[in-house]
Amino acid sequence: MAHFPKPAEGSWTEHYPELGTGPVNYEDSISPEFYELERKAIFQKTWLNVGRVEAIPRAGRYFTKELQCAGTSVIIVRDKDGEVRGFHNICRHRGNKLVWNDYPREETSGICRQFTCKYHGWRYELNGTLAFVQQESEFFDLDKSDFGLVPVQTEVWEGFIFVNLDPENSTSVKDYLGGLGAGIEGYPFGEMTQVYKYRATVGSNWKLFIDAFAEFYHAPVLHAKQATDDESRKLQGFGFEALSYAIDGPHGMVSSWGGMAPPKDPSMVKPIERALRSGLFGPWDRPDIDGLDRLPEGLNPARHPAWGEDSFVFFPNFMVLVWAPGWYLTYHYWPTSYNTHIFEGTLYFVPPKNATERLRQELAAVTFKEYGLQDGNTLEATQSMIESRAVLQFPLSDQEILLRHLHKTARSYVAQYEQSQSPVQIGAPS
Amino acid sequence: MPTSLPSEFADLEPFSDWCLRTEAQRYAKRLSSSMDEMQAFYDAAFPRLEEILTYLDRLDLGALPPDAEQLLLLCYSLVNISFPVEVWRQARVPDSGAASLDAVIEPAV
Repeated sequence: MAHFPKPAEGSWTEHYPELGTGPVNYEDSISPEFYELERKAIFQKTWLNVGRVEAIPRAGRYFTKELQCAGTSVIIVRDKDGEVRGFHNICRHRGNKLVWNDYPREETSGICRQFTCKYHGWRYELNGTLAFVQQESEFFDLDKSDFGLVPVQTEVWEGFIFVNLDPENSTSVKDYLGGLGAGIEGYPFGEMTQVYKYRATVGSNWKLFIDAFAEFYHAPVLHAKQATDDESRKLQGFGFEALSYAIDGPHGMVSSWGGMAPPKDPSMVKPIERALRSGLFGPWDRPDIDGLDRLPEGLNPARHPAWGEDSFVFFPNFMVLVWAPGWYLTYHYWPTSYNTHIFEGTLYFVPPKNATERLRQELAAVTFKEYGLQDGNTLEATQSMIESRAVLQFPLSDQEILLRHLHKTARSYVAQYEQSQSPVQIGAPS
Repeated sequence: MPTSLPSEFADLEPFSDWCLRTEAQRYAKRLSSSMDEMQAFYDAAFPRLEEILTYLDRLDLGALPPDAEQLLLLCYSLVNISFPVEVWRQARVPDSGAASLDAVIEPAV
């Protein structure tokens, strides 16, 4: 029996008839050829979130982002006018990677007045202009204004920095994020500057980890031992039902209840959670900042009093989770091959005012890691068996609608790309 | 000589090797400790948690004296080992096998 109402069609999935209800083929997660197409059709074409503006608060602050999935590395920098800019991380002289430390393939960050190439000392202004060429007179007709850094389309939305590697892209990031993005504009993301970031190398296709975090059907089972025994049995008995789902273009969201912050009965949670008033859902008490009393329209779309958390899946690889107690979490999934990726989970809190608040956030962060380790390891188990191709068609439930949508979206981006690449045959029978 | 804990919490001094600055250090110590060692630490520190919070909350979090900072670091470890002690009954997260999840950014204190 449904505990929360579903759309008139009888299910969330049928509310979006283009999704179908049949089993889903997972060839898209085990094929090296399909991954190569995804790199061109998706990661070199769509807006990718690479971080937050708080990471580069002043002129000259920069960070690099390795985008193996798109075949490049980018520099994100705040220039002297305060504008956030992005460039391909390559020196115009002979192609050396411009910004790196010790290990060329590792990301770095820092502050500088100009970027100086380690190889021959060419220097670039923060806005990309070529400022200095070592022994300039040795070159032939070199006009420095022709050799600035190659810019990457870079836009900031609600403090999130996005890049788009397609020079022909003409859609703003705001338009790209559509109604689901618009629905969370105005949330006080910029107040939440206390950051915990975790990273893992995961042995699965990037979509499989989004699958894991875009449904909570698994939570009462995989994470059973994280709750007390009584509570765990009860949770498995209920199973999981979302408050609501929404799909808009390539993006999706799931809205969930949140009985654990605080729990109805303190005996439901473990002793340290009772002592600190915090846990997986974050500190139970909301921080005292503006902007949390009246939330943006797009949060808690069902307007349910038991609302706990909303997860937004912004295609292709960026998730934002906004929690009722006033903090947020982002996930990024950076493919490194068809069956490996780098996962990043970043927690953002309002800076703590005292040791108690600090420890509550610590407990939320530690708990996140305990769950994340279980989730990550399960993925390798899934990847290896899907690759056996013993079974390729998988039935997805109504609570897995976002997975159905994600794989369909990836397939349609690839199909569209292939179509655009095939030569037009004039006069050929269709 | 390393800084000791505030005198009010001198009874926790035997566990001061849990005063570790980074999550990586705390998690590594958890993995290399026996359940008996973690249980002993938990049994000593957890009942004092309320007193510890009262003590620390009177101070400015941004400018903690060295002994109070040690006490806070000890609490981070208490939070970390609460999972093995209260839930897992083992140091590792069950079924986490070879998986790792490394803290690459964390608050300075």
